Amino acid sequence: MQSTHPLRTSAAAFLLAITAAGCAPTSSADTVKIQAQLNNYRGDGAYLAVYLTDNNGAYKQTLWISGKKPKYYKHLADWARGSGQQRSEYDGLSGASTTSGSTLKINADIAPALVDSGYQIRVDSAVEDQRDYRAEIIVPLTREGAGKPIAGKGYVQSLTYQF
Amino acid sequence: MLRQIHSLPGWMAALFVTLLAVTGAMLSLHPLQAHLQSVQLAQGQATVAELAELAKQRYPGVEEIKRSADGIVSVYFSENNQVQRVQINPLTGAEIPEVHPSELFRWSKNMHRTLLMADTGRIVIGISALCTFILSISGALLVAKRAGGWRHFFHKAQGTQSQRLHVVVGRAALLGLLLSSSTGLYLSAGSLGLISEASEADPAFPDHFNDNTDNKAHATVPLGRFAALQSTDLRDLRSLVFPSANSANEPYFLMSNQGAGYVDASTGEMLTFEAHNTARKIYEWIYALHTGEGLWWLALVLGISALSVPALAITGVTLWWKRRKLRSEITDNSAPENAETLILVGSETGTTWKFANALHRSLRRAGQRVHTAPLDQLEQNYPSARHLLILTATYGEGSAPASAQSFLSKLREHTGLQSLRYAVLGFGDRQFPKFCQYAYEVDAALQEKGLQKLCPITTADRQSVQEFARWGQALTKAMPLDFTLEPVEDHRKTDTFTLIERIDYDDLTDAPSCVLRFQASALQQKKGGRRLPTLPHFEAGDLVAILPPETSIPRFYSLASSASDGFLEICVRRQKNGLCSRFLHTLKVGDTIKAFIQPNPHFRPEAGESPVILIGAGAGIGPLAGFIRHNVHRRPMHLYWGGRTQQSGFLYQEELNRYLKDHRLSELNTAFSRENEPSYVQDRIRANGDALRDLFSKGAQVLVCGGRDMARGVQEALDAVIAPLAMDTQTLITQGRYREDVY
Repeated sequence: MQSTHPLRTSAAAFLLAITAAGCAPTSSADTVKIQAQLNNYRGDGAYLAVYLTDNNGAYKQTLWISGKKPKYYKHLADWARGSGQQRSEYDGLSGASTTSGSTLKINADIAPALVDSGYQIRVDSAVEDQRDYRAEIIVPLTREGAGKPIAGKGYVQSLTYQF
Repeated sequence: MLRQIHSLPGWMAALFVTLLAVTGAMLSLHPLQAHLQSVQLAQGQATVAELAELAKQRYPGVEEIKRSADGIVSVYFSENNQVQRVQINPLTGAEIPEVHPSELFRWSKNMHRTLLMADTGRIVIGISALCTFILSISGALLVAKRAGGWRHFFHKAQGTQSQRLHVVVGRAALLGLLLSSSTGLYLSAGSLGLISEASEADPAFPDHFNDNTDNKAHATVPLGRFAALQSTDLRDLRSLVFPSANSANEPYFLMSNQGAGYVDASTGEMLTFEAHNTARKIYEWIYALHTGEGLWWLALVLGISALSVPALAITGVTLWWKRRKLRSEITDNSAPENAETLILVGSETGTTWKFANALHRSLRRAGQRVHTAPLDQLEQNYPSARHLLILTATYGEGSAPASAQSFLSKLREHTGLQSLRYAVLGFGDRQFPKFCQYAYEVDAALQEKGLQKLCPITTADRQSVQEFARWGQALTKAMPLDFTLEPVEDHRKTDTFTLIERIDYDDLTDAPSCVLRFQASALQQKKGGRRLPTLPHFEAGDLVAILPPETSIPRFYSLASSASDGFLEICVRRQKNGLCSRFLHTLKVGDTIKAFIQPNPHFRPEAGESPVILIGAGAGIGPLAGFIRHNVHRRPMHLYWGGRTQQSGFLYQEELNRYLKDHRLSELNTAFSRENEPSYVQDRIRANGDALRDLFSKGAQVLVCGGRDMARGVQEALDAVIAPLAMDTQTLITQGRYREDVY
């Protein structure tokens, strides 16, 4: 972690230098591409919470919420408890529900310090008239794990993240 | 106003409401399907603790147990990092093969809730639910008003076939539709955020656990002994979420019909609990009433009610269309200031317009400038007018029809009109106690206003075209104006019929009778390429309007046959100065006539097994013979017939004797007025009092066909006969058990 940090910073500075000068990078965040491919579960669009927790499952940060109606967010139970469903936690990080069989693609800003330090990406999911899944995906956020698909227990067929 | 309220949303929403109803009817099967799959439990039969223990033993990776409102118990368990779902018998743990809801079901549900258009669809659905609600209420009010009050709400529906169908089906489905639409409206308002849906209880996550980590092994209570789960009846279970293997110290989460709570994983005690609030309970009740979840029989009732909607939509739109069309058919309408004759119309369902239109056309042809308008559009000034003709129906128990709501009050304040001469023709149904009440009121109000009468008020029972023609004749004399009333039905519908058979009954008087049988002249292409003469649809008791050559005034004859007999049969007595009857008596086989059918659905036996008493005189036997001919179920039919001479004047004699033998006719009573001992049909009725009383006590109905005087005599005679039964013919008329076809 200590050794990689300078490298990341210089890489970000390099990127900044060769692209647009007007676009300032957010402190020291990495963009992580996350793809979640859903099963054909035969139902309405799924509500998904993609979020980060620490090693013990304690909530850290929201990466994305699929589903527009906050009144259904409590069905994303672990995320809801961790985040307290505070609007500030998902402001600008939500969109339409993800339909059966489709793929959710998001770019999440994650501080480099959280990579390879015991943090996990988790996904809670819920579909109307079907079961709610708490943490149907739990995958450690590591450089080594990047690009390796992880199977979900519920509606998510597989999740892949890449730096 | 009520009618407008009923038609506007009805027409606009017909499509969406039909869609809602059809999908709703499909969804209504689901609770029954679920009920059949589920295991029925008695209260106190099992607890959640027992089921939890059972599930844990059978499925070590159990994550959650759910029980639907319909009683289906599902266990979700993790195996090889995949979650499986099984449906089980909650008492034995045995797996039950699961029947997946079909794609069609899911599609129906989405269509029913959102029209597959997310929130826009929800708004349309909400409006449709509101329309259904308004339609049900206004429809019920209309039926009550028309029947003459709520007491008569379930009385026999009147009117044309579409009208009756609309009323009968609507009445049967009323409660179901009211329930579906009001609860649907509530759910719609909830899903659109207009009212709070109220969430299920959401207890606080416990802040401490009784976690004896040091000596967990012996302190832990087995799942089956969890107090919180033992105290919850299995029937109250909604879901039990097991602690996640991923986090330490997690509690169980129990959602029941009473509320929700977290249960300590080691002690089995309820850590935090919150009951569902009242708003939520109301929401759940309404949800159950709408969907029938857990109430499969209600779901079926609602589903069947919903199936009525397509029928109501079709008949409703048809009625609306017919009403519009009838009014808009008035052509060459003069402006009020130019008109010499005014025709004002009071109509509820539009049928009176048919008559107004015929009158309008006739007067136009006679060179009159005519202004025809609804009664409500009474103007302040008619500078050129001399005659005021009013045709009006009566609605329900003597109230003004839709197009005459404000007429009487306008008339009261009117300052002109006194120079006009007027005539009123009332339309009504003698089965209602206040027959033509509104027409009488209008007549009295005009007289009070000081207007001169052209002719006395005339009433037409059930759109009687004969009465209409009679009124027209009175008008020609009184106005005086040389015009002949055009037929009410459209001329273009006239068919040509060819005489195929005639049977003469020369009773040696100046008025012989004959039975005439016709078939359709026009050949019509039938399926399979054969060309056959095809009769229009009619039944015995309907009327045929015959146009003698070079006249436009039809004469009406009661039909003695049905189209299914393959011929059109009438029985005609030659009248001394009868243009049409004389013409018909000259016909030879092969000659043709022009005619059209005028349905007369009131004059026929009610379906059923009860006895039928048929009473007629002279040629009035025609339709009665037709009824007997079609008595294939051999219900008791008793015929009383009066003729002139027995010798060669006994109409249908051979045929009736045949029917007596094969029991289509139970009894034949005849009376002859030109025999040595003259007797009339009334005499036979009086003489047979006992037998008739017996028939009436068995629910007999009476059908009378013949001349006006005979009908009056029969009514008097029957009143005397049934008085000992505390009955009278007037009551029978209002019950639809006494019907006349008189001329």
